[in-house]
Amino acid sequence: MTTKAWTPGQILLTFLGTAVSAVFLAPFAWGLFTSLKSETEAVEVPPHWLPEDWTGQAWKALFDSGNITNWFVNSLVVSVCVTSVVLLVSALAGYGFARTEFRGKGVLMGLVMAGLMISPAVLGVPLFTTVQQMGMVDTYWGMILPQCAPAAMVYILYKFFQGIPRELEEAAFIDGAGRWRVFFTIVLPLSRPSLAAVGIFTFIASWNNFLWPYMVTNNPDLMTMPNGIATVMNSYGIQWAQLMAGGLMAGLPLITVFVFFQRQIVAGVAHTGLAGQ
Amino acid sequence: MTTSPQTGAHAIARAIAAPAPARAKTAAASATLRRGQGFQHGGWFVAPFLLLFALFVIWPLLRGVYLSFTDANITGEGASFVGLDNYREALRDPLVWDSLGHSAYFTLLVVPCITVLAFLLAMLAHHIERGKWLWRLCFFAPFLLPSTVAGNLWQWLFNPGTGMVNHVFGLDTPWLTDTSYAMLAIVITTLWWTVGFSFLLYLAALQGIPGHLYEAARLDGANAWHRMVHITLPMLRSITGLVIALQILASLQVFDQAVVMMDFGPGPEESTRTFVQFTLEEGFTSYRVGYASAISVIFFVIIAAVALARMWLLRNREESAR
Repeated sequence: MTTKAWTPGQILLTFLGTAVSAVFLAPFAWGLFTSLKSETEAVEVPPHWLPEDWTGQAWKALFDSGNITNWFVNSLVVSVCVTSVVLLVSALAGYGFARTEFRGKGVLMGLVMAGLMISPAVLGVPLFTTVQQMGMVDTYWGMILPQCAPAAMVYILYKFFQGIPRELEEAAFIDGAGRWRVFFTIVLPLSRPSLAAVGIFTFIASWNNFLWPYMVTNNPDLMTMPNGIATVMNSYGIQWAQLMAGGLMAGLPLITVFVFFQRQIVAGVAHTGLAGQ
Repeated sequence: MTTSPQTGAHAIARAIAAPAPARAKTAAASATLRRGQGFQHGGWFVAPFLLLFALFVIWPLLRGVYLSFTDANITGEGASFVGLDNYREALRDPLVWDSLGHSAYFTLLVVPCITVLAFLLAMLAHHIERGKWLWRLCFFAPFLLPSTVAGNLWQWLFNPGTGMVNHVFGLDTPWLTDTSYAMLAIVITTLWWTVGFSFLLYLAALQGIPGHLYEAARLDGANAWHRMVHITLPMLRSITGLVIALQILASLQVFDQAVVMMDFGPGPEESTRTFVQFTLEEGFTSYRVGYASAISVIFFVIIAAVALARMWLLRNREESAR
């Protein structure tokens, strides 16, 4: 490996990059330091970055209140379920649309494309009354299932499956393999990068999803992290140090995972996004 | 959903309704040729998705359209047919226009800023030779926070007395309580929180530009500025279109960070009530499900129009490229 030269241009760029990064990281630092102050120190005027008395009070209070662990588990259950179902269902559907023939395929594909324009933000109220009719308000089902029909992911995998050479599958058919076997033993293993992309993106979206869980749950025991923090912790006289600790609890898992799996996550997000080109 | 790429998956999705590439045609042709080789009767593959899709996308859409012609309340009982009354009322309701205006204003501020900022950050990260992972981490990390956490963090930073923004810049600005600053504060929060997504898209696009283009230009004596104007920018045109389309669709649906920063209220003098927020207030606070559905249908038409406009633009460009 050759060492890269410190040309004046590189020095300047690195300096600039460091400055911009500091701006991007400062809010995190502010949140972290606030969470390590006492509630009274947190609201002192004028503010100061570092705590004068470092204390874990806020974190302790956060865990003593009990809700936060519930929310964490709920978030985990919901995101893991949503991600698994989305991966399975959209891989099957993407393959079905890309490679198989059946009646009404054109019409259905058109419907999926139309579905790209619909989200809980657009159709929240009717979606809520539908879920209400099904008796799924304030249940895991009600939180999970409506997040499991992402036309976008079907479309991304559909485009990907179209790019796999047909000859691979045809060879297997000639060898007598059934269609399901071909799908699970040939197509899926070839699609690992795309599946990873869809899975990563779905997990991030679902872990961070606020609007839908907010609409469908009132029971604090059932809330997910973003929802619990935004509604319960914001509701009676905000305790800023605790709130910051809770926010970090919600954000740190994904950021930690990101540090370790950066390459895959960057590729996944870029791949999912670029599918729109 | 919010502006988080905002874009949650849905936002992306909406914008990707791009026309299928030529490859699709060849694939279809070969499908007709080789039909009978195990590719037929694929209905079972799509069945599980279609079931969920029908229940949670198509049915609510149809139901929303139906409810929009009734005076249904939240229980859905005793609703009677009122024809176009809800739509007539919506068009005359100043709150509809105000909230639509706020979402449009937000979009107008966010989209150009985020596009330019994402491009600049990507150029920076692409051209620094050392520590690429570190820059990527720093610029992208905020996107991994839940919208509500980003909102709370900046609500705290913008707090006039105890917050760091005023302290660091020596200001005395009432960010969250003054009509001239409140939306700006939400925009700044959104930039910080979501620019990482568009940044990654630009970075991927930059890395995809073939290096030999630059080498050839260098041999021809092109300087850095020429290479930027004649190679980099043209090569990034299609990704810019994508970033802008995704951002418009996501920004129009802004909700999360705005309500969190305004303590779930409409902001100073109701100046930050977004369209999504208004719909939810009508449905869940005033219990006017029929009216809220009518507004949602109007919103759906707006979103669909934006998405279709993008498809139309893409198709035109493809044709003119031919």
